Amino acid sequence: MAKKSHVTTTVNGDEYEFLSEPGQTLVDALRNSLGLTGTKEGCSTGDCGACSVQLEGRLVCSCLVLAVEADGKSIDTIEGMANGDELHPLQRQFLELNGSQCGICTPGVLIAAQALLETNPDPTETEIRYYLAGNLCRCTGYDKIIRSVQAAAAEMRGS
Amino acid sequence: MEDMRYEAPATLDAAVALLSGASAPKLLAGGTDVLVQLHIETIEPDVIVDVKNIPELRTMAKEKDGWRFGAAVSAMEMLENADLCKAWPGIMEGVVLIGSMQVKGRATVAGNVCNGSPAADTTPAMIAASAIATVIGPNGQRQVPVEDIVIGPGKTSLAKGEVVVSFLLPAQPPHSGECYMRLTPRTEMDIAVVGAGASVTLDDSGTCIAARVSLGAVAPTPLLVQACADALIGTKIDDAALTRLGEAASAACNPISDKRGTKEYRIKTAAVIARRAVERALERAKAN
Amino acid sequence: MATILEESGFDPNQKLKIVGTNPVKQDGLDKVTGRARFGADAFLPGMLFGKILRSPHAHANIKSIDASAAEALPGVKSVITSADFPSIPQGTGAGDMTRNVMAVEKALYDGHPVAAVAATSEAIAKKALKLIKVDYEVLPHVIDPLDAMKPDAPILHDYMRTKGDPDAPDKPTNVTEKMVTELGDVSKGFAAADVVVEHDYDSKPMHQGYIEPQGCIADYSEDGQIELWCCTQAPFVYRDRLTAILKLDSSKINVEQSELGGGFGGKTGFYAEPHAILLSKKASRPVKMTLTRNEVFRGTGPVSGTNSTIKMGCTKDGRITAAEANLVFQTGPYTGSMYFNAPNAMFTRYDLENVHIVSREVVSNRPKVNSFRAPCVPQIVFGVEGVIDEMARKIGMDPIDFRLKNAAVDGHTAIYGDTWGPIGFVETLKAAKESDHYKSPLPKGQGRGISAGFWFNRGGETAGSLTLAPDGTVTIVIGTADVAGSRVSIAMMAAEELGISIDKIRVSFADTNSLGFNRVTAGSRTTYSVGMVVVNNARQVIKELCNRAAGIWGVPAEGVVYEEGQVRPASSNVGDFEPMSIGDITAKTGMSQGPIAGHSEMNVTGAGPGFGVHIVDVKVDEGTGRVDCTRYTVVQDVGKSIHPLQVEGQVQGGAVQGLGWALNEEYIYNDKGCLDNASFLDYRMPVASDVPMVDTVIVEVPNPAHPFGLRGVGEVPVVPTMGAVGNAIGDAIGIRPRSLPMSPPKMLDLLEEAKGLSESERY
Repeated sequence: MAKKSHVTTTVNGDEYEFLSEPGQTLVDALRNSLGLTGTKEGCSTGDCGACSVQLEGRLVCSCLVLAVEADGKSIDTIEGMANGDELHPLQRQFLELNGSQCGICTPGVLIAAQALLETNPDPTETEIRYYLAGNLCRCTGYDKIIRSVQAAAAEMRGS
Repeated sequence: MEDMRYEAPATLDAAVALLSGASAPKLLAGGTDVLVQLHIETIEPDVIVDVKNIPELRTMAKEKDGWRFGAAVSAMEMLENADLCKAWPGIMEGVVLIGSMQVKGRATVAGNVCNGSPAADTTPAMIAASAIATVIGPNGQRQVPVEDIVIGPGKTSLAKGEVVVSFLLPAQPPHSGECYMRLTPRTEMDIAVVGAGASVTLDDSGTCIAARVSLGAVAPTPLLVQACADALIGTKIDDAALTRLGEAASAACNPISDKRGTKEYRIKTAAVIARRAVERALERAKAN
Repeated sequence: MATILEESGFDPNQKLKIVGTNPVKQDGLDKVTGRARFGADAFLPGMLFGKILRSPHAHANIKSIDASAAEALPGVKSVITSADFPSIPQGTGAGDMTRNVMAVEKALYDGHPVAAVAATSEAIAKKALKLIKVDYEVLPHVIDPLDAMKPDAPILHDYMRTKGDPDAPDKPTNVTEKMVTELGDVSKGFAAADVVVEHDYDSKPMHQGYIEPQGCIADYSEDGQIELWCCTQAPFVYRDRLTAILKLDSSKINVEQSELGGGFGGKTGFYAEPHAILLSKKASRPVKMTLTRNEVFRGTGPVSGTNSTIKMGCTKDGRITAAEANLVFQTGPYTGSMYFNAPNAMFTRYDLENVHIVSREVVSNRPKVNSFRAPCVPQIVFGVEGVIDEMARKIGMDPIDFRLKNAAVDGHTAIYGDTWGPIGFVETLKAAKESDHYKSPLPKGQGRGISAGFWFNRGGETAGSLTLAPDGTVTIVIGTADVAGSRVSIAMMAAEELGISIDKIRVSFADTNSLGFNRVTAGSRTTYSVGMVVVNNARQVIKELCNRAAGIWGVPAEGVVYEEGQVRPASSNVGDFEPMSIGDITAKTGMSQGPIAGHSEMNVTGAGPGFGVHIVDVKVDEGTGRVDCTRYTVVQDVGKSIHPLQVEGQVQGGAVQGLGWALNEEYIYNDKGCLDNASFLDYRMPVASDVPMVDTVIVEVPNPAHPFGLRGVGEVPVVPTMGAVGNAIGDAIGIRPRSLPMSPPKMLDLLEEAKGLSESERY
């Protein structure tokens, strides 16, 4: 059996350690080594976005990152999006406007939308759609996802 | 695969040594192709060599001769560079289309080109721009025009132990413009069925004095099509020239029929996409 | 007390306080925080990881399997093959089911499971799979059903004979069944027609595309008790099917459903669970199994592809006189495509006298199909609504007016035998005609199409309980998986009936130990059927609350009434008593008389049909054939919108699924009979930038069999979509496509063909 690597990483502000198998992906480490199952694995090939996280502040698919690459880095997942029991405006608007049906794509969509609004606080509908093109949803047809993001953006701009 | 090692060298020399010494090394930059290949088990490397810590691969700056960016610079880093985007809109059109925002957060142009897919979105624009790769290996450094890198589907001309360090986009003469366009069934998230990168330079009278047209996804490798350039040079890139350009593009195709498009469809639409790319390049050339 | 089936209590003038509003659903918070637990989000101490070995061949005899090297690999704790399953004869329902789970005599499709392994890590399990030696004798394969019907086609099952076809010869065939559905006399009908339109249509298999791959954990104790955690639309059906193929008592199997990350019909059958159970049995440890996306495409249950010939005739003033069809359905290697829905639904919404439909189901070397929303119907309606549109164009009639002229109304007896109560097809068509979309001018260079659709909507076996806690709050236990927010609608209906705040109600899912049989979440039955059960249960508890209050006050039961969450005297004559809340009564009487609960187990009937009309605008790129949908409006009769945002979400999602199916989604096979596009990269589902906002016009023509008048919602929205998109493209380019998907290469070919058409030949 190959040697495992000792990885120390920060997730949602907390320090974690785990032993990574060679070839283990970050999504696998988050879910199975660290028990953070909020990040989902829909395809393992970077085509569905359900595994979206922020790595060093950058939106990525965690199925396309090796777990060892997390060593010394910081990661933000859905579990860290709320501030205690204070939901992020995106989370709140998704609840109010029914932006989430079955919920499997929701963590990835929220993480991606959060990254969008951090760089573009006033996106057009087209900009939102293209930014979220990497997040597949099969239940909603995207309509209420887009509206929830628009509403959250407006709330965050203080409109 | 379970004996696979991960290494993250901090210097070019260390990287070259690892790549030369291993029996089945795999270079890792963004990982958006490599991790998929690991998942579907089309590769079984003994060493993964992560080059993201090497300073020479992380440069991105305007130099005397043009823009240089390192092989480990991510698509998003390039897209966030406003000066680069302004200078090379066509290159950036290719970069934007590499994949989703998540993929662009990691993917690199070097990886996109050197993965060797004939349908890669950055390669045609890079070829049209006359981009040159600086390559370092056990036998030293060499400069390789991008059109000489991909020699077959999934195959490059890089020798064992060699690694692309950076690319140079040579400064363009005045009245130059370039563009990348592609055809996909959906608006995003697809591999190109046909891709076209075009670069044109005009003289003061508006006559085309230089052109490069590169086609993707229509042959075993991305193509640099001289006949397309010939259809444009010496003309004002009018309708007749564009029609000849389209015909030259179709004639240059040697595509396959696969799950992404039939041979016939690619041949037909190569003309359409090449034409549209040249039209946009021309608009940019006129504005420069 | 009359049950709700006898007396729904529907009152068109009822003033509703909660039904019709949009409270945040109780499972919403867990979904936006990542706390919700789906199939793969569970862990048991000591669990192993299971992996399935799948046939790489489309058709092969399995001569032998040698798993010894895999069994010997350190870390491998069990290996199973068909030898570990009870032997069940071929050609039976259970025999087919067991063979689809694990191949016995033959591998019948690329991806067919032939063995499985459980090991201490997924990496070891994957390595073990490679050590299993399977001796395949590769056979010629057949993929396309028309090819499978040819006399020289490779035969999948020597025992197969065509049911329902007395003319079929007694020799092996790939045609499982022939069915004839008829009404009146079509030859008379066509003779009376001024215009006849007939075309061939075809569609390819597609996949439901749920984002959550199958995931489960099975724990088999040595005494034969099984705990199964899995994502499913049908925990009770899984249990009963496991009982059938594993030959165990149902009471020994407890299925607990996780949150469901999409199903749409595809998770009404199991693909990993039996393997996990038997691996766990052999290893004496829990086994977790998750499928990869590649396995989901190759080894679960895609949607039937079809070939159809559809012919209809009408008079010059727009009355349809005859409708005829010849349909062929793919089912994969075993029967069970639910193809009979198509003849029963394809023309059903129009009042027709003369109908003749011949349907056949055909096996071929593809994965066994499973349901999608409206199984086997949307892909046929694609053709029907094209023929209808063409007839309307030929006689110069507005497409909605044409459909209105032939629309079925209340009291119609459908071809499948039911006589309908009140229905809303006419209202839906009229609402479409009055919609902003239909009235707005079509932007230049675009095409517009409309299409109509119907779905039966179902009731079915449903059980549930409603219990009052001592403090008067309410817990509701249901057994039907929540695929799209039915939980909140159920809580709302209970809150409305009980006259209490929805905050005081919690809805949770039973495991199969806890309730009577509940049929699948499918058929658009859940909110309707579970709603019936819940309201019935609420009435039971209300009755008991009244009885107890009467007892406390010493008055006859008729002397008390229940209103707005309180029991009070019916009039001052009864006595001067302070009203009591639910909590007052449960607190006072809990000890002496026991807890108060209602429970119902019923076969719910009375579900009302639903109708939809879709309006679509498209723009076609003349250089590449690519189609962009620029505007989409869904008009649908839902009876009563319990939670309008949920209803809108359902219909929007269905429309976009249909859009993907219409434009790009298909299974692509290579010449070895293997699936070429088993990934989200090349199985092209719509992404956010592909679609516009989907406007919805919700029509409410109540179904009086339901206390709040609701009708099923979930399947109707997929039925008209492809027909509408096809009609829109036809409007844009002059030829109406007949082959799904309407992908760019095919559209480019049509564009070229259209160049050669005269004005009168254009669509």
